[in-house]
Amino acid sequence: MTEAAKPAISLSNVVKQFGRFAALRGVTAEFDAGRFHAILGENGAGKTTLLRALAGLTQPTQGIISIFGKSPREACRDIGYMAHPSLLYDEMSGIENLRYFARLYGITDDMNSEEVIREVIQNVGLDPELTRPVGQYSQGMRQRMSLARAILHDPKVLLLDEPFSNVDAHSAQAIVALLRGMRDAGKTVFVITHQAPLLEGVADEFVWMQAGQIVDRTVSLARTAGAEDVQ
Amino acid sequence: MKRLFPILSVITAIFLAYALYEALVVAPTDAQQGDVYRIIYYHVPSAWTAFLLFFINFIASIQYLASKKPSSQTAVKWIVIVIGVVGVIACFLPPVQRLIPAGMRPSAVATTVLAIPLFYFVIGKYFPGDNLDVLAVTSAEVGVVFCTIVLVTGPIWARPVWGIWWAPGDIRLTSTLVLWLIYVSYLMLRRFSNSAQTQMLAAALAIFGALDVPLVYFSIWFFRTQHPQPVIGGGGSMDPRMLNVLLISWMAFLCFAFLVCWQRYRLELLHREIEAAHAMDSLVGSGVAAKASLPLSRSPQ
Amino acid sequence: MNSLWSVTLATLVKDIRLEWRSKDALNSMLFFSLLVVVIFSFSFDPLAEESRHIVGGLVWVGFLFASVTALNQTWARELRNQVLDAYRVSPAPANALFLAKALGNFIFVSVLEAVMTPLFVIFYNVRVLGPAWQLLPVAILGTWALVVNGTFFAAMSLRTRSREIMLPLLLFPISIPAVIAMVAGTTSILTGEESAHFYLVLLLTYDVVFTTACLALFGMILHAE
Repeated sequence: MTEAAKPAISLSNVVKQFGRFAALRGVTAEFDAGRFHAILGENGAGKTTLLRALAGLTQPTQGIISIFGKSPREACRDIGYMAHPSLLYDEMSGIENLRYFARLYGITDDMNSEEVIREVIQNVGLDPELTRPVGQYSQGMRQRMSLARAILHDPKVLLLDEPFSNVDAHSAQAIVALLRGMRDAGKTVFVITHQAPLLEGVADEFVWMQAGQIVDRTVSLARTAGAEDVQ
Repeated sequence: MKRLFPILSVITAIFLAYALYEALVVAPTDAQQGDVYRIIYYHVPSAWTAFLLFFINFIASIQYLASKKPSSQTAVKWIVIVIGVVGVIACFLPPVQRLIPAGMRPSAVATTVLAIPLFYFVIGKYFPGDNLDVLAVTSAEVGVVFCTIVLVTGPIWARPVWGIWWAPGDIRLTSTLVLWLIYVSYLMLRRFSNSAQTQMLAAALAIFGALDVPLVYFSIWFFRTQHPQPVIGGGGSMDPRMLNVLLISWMAFLCFAFLVCWQRYRLELLHREIEAAHAMDSLVGSGVAAKASLPLSRSPQ
Repeated sequence: MNSLWSVTLATLVKDIRLEWRSKDALNSMLFFSLLVVVIFSFSFDPLAEESRHIVGGLVWVGFLFASVTALNQTWARELRNQVLDAYRVSPAPANALFLAKALGNFIFVSVLEAVMTPLFVIFYNVRVLGPAWQLLPVAILGTWALVVNGTFFAAMSLRTRSREIMLPLLLFPISIPAVIAMVAGTTSILTGEESAHFYLVLLLTYDVVFTTACLALFGMILHAE
């Protein structure tokens, strides 16, 4: 397994403090490429902060994050980020939104950008011809379009913060299937979720966080004996 | 250090009293303005002190920003040196001399320009890293206080002598007002910002302010030449005895400003230490006593 | 460089499209501008002899207040749904966003000015005694002076409490030399009593200095948390 010689993503003693509150307290971990990691933990455990730090949206107070050997900002082309807010413009249609974000990633007309965009929209199970503004979408549709935005530029790493919350079961399953496909295609996927059962059998590992630290990493949802309980 | 402060305070108090005596008793009465003019010994030293403090804030802000981006540090250093050298030489070239407003000697401007690299290296040496920001906030706050004194004493002086409280074309008073506004907005930004990068935002604002000041000066200067306005504070030369007292006053004010800044600086350092201690507490303290650093296993077995 | 202009243009077009679709911001601002002109006309007697001397000042003060309302809301759009995060996470250069917002604001404020100016001319019976063509460079340079710093400080205010009041607090002091130049320049052209040349040079200098400063420092503002 020569490709696993270097970990895809590594965190070294990452600390993030907001004034007096420490959201991340010395997280050290390594993650291989091409794997699906589900991040679990109760509210306030630091999951979102961790993901935002990986995305380069927040700078660690201490510590180093390395994604394919680069800092998160340097690796921005390889990162696709999705959060609970849709990160889309409500007044534009889905395809208009994606056309704009395509330009941000340098996907220009001479690269068949229109085809790429349509394909991505179809991959997430939506209709490219839809002219309704995103603000009028259902939550499930909005999450799917947000996912489309995140994968538009074919990133190697996907960072998804609660993609299934408030989403109908059908859309949730569709998203899970899509993410499984992405992992199978060699992408590294990180998903924060409170609905862990959705990922049973799909995720390669479950990363448990508590109070700003990673406390356990398991293969299945049943945690190994001797590990602390997550309240 | 602890004993030094009371000693310096007493010395400063004596010095201030001496300066007051000189100003009220020893200095000769002005031929035109009578005794009212004596407020100048309060007004002008405050102005010089305020400008000095704002200048320190400007230098500290630039250095703070440069220290946050190590790649630009050498560049900024060289730019500052070049400004110093070129500026000093330029002040003595005829084309530039024409630009200098009347009433300012080229050597005075040259000294001010030379002060930029001088202060840059001195401040850089004695205030490393985050202390630069502490210096910035200190000099801004104390500077605003002295600037307020200037703006209050100015109209008080103007009214009995020239019959008006304020003249928009008075270049010195108006420039001072704008400077005061800029630094009050600086302090408001520091207070209202809830960003983790407040210090860098404030430093950026200070730089904007510094860029603004010469523009303010020139805009009012031209406006005034077109629309002759009363010049509060008068121009022209000063009786050497008066100048003497003025300098004594300024020295006394500087000592006082130094003491206040020193205390404010220490206070800010203490405040930050406490915050850091709290932060360290929450970092190390009540948390999960679990494996903080997990084995470097990439795939759990 | 290529990607800078490509992203700037794309962002500008996107902003214009968004503004066009939700016209309520534009409409309320236009009405506000009209109100400003009317209030001024009641407060400062248009028939007085000296009105020609003060119209320049009134016009620019009116523009200043109208533009503050515009500046505040262009960044507000990026905060909904945290869309700004999508930009920050992308490789798009920070300066492209700044230029796009500044140009968008410039267009927006110019529209407001275009509406307010005829109203001022009507209410104050403005006649231009000096070289009227010079009003155009004064307007362009003056508007850019307000907009370039306004866009920058509006972005800075995003990270503060009382966001809407922070913008004028930060913008007005720094804008004073530009306002002096705009007002004095306009007045000198309207009255024909002096040349506006110096003021144009001053405005140009102001614009160059602060556009450079904004471009140099905007990256830090964008990525501030």
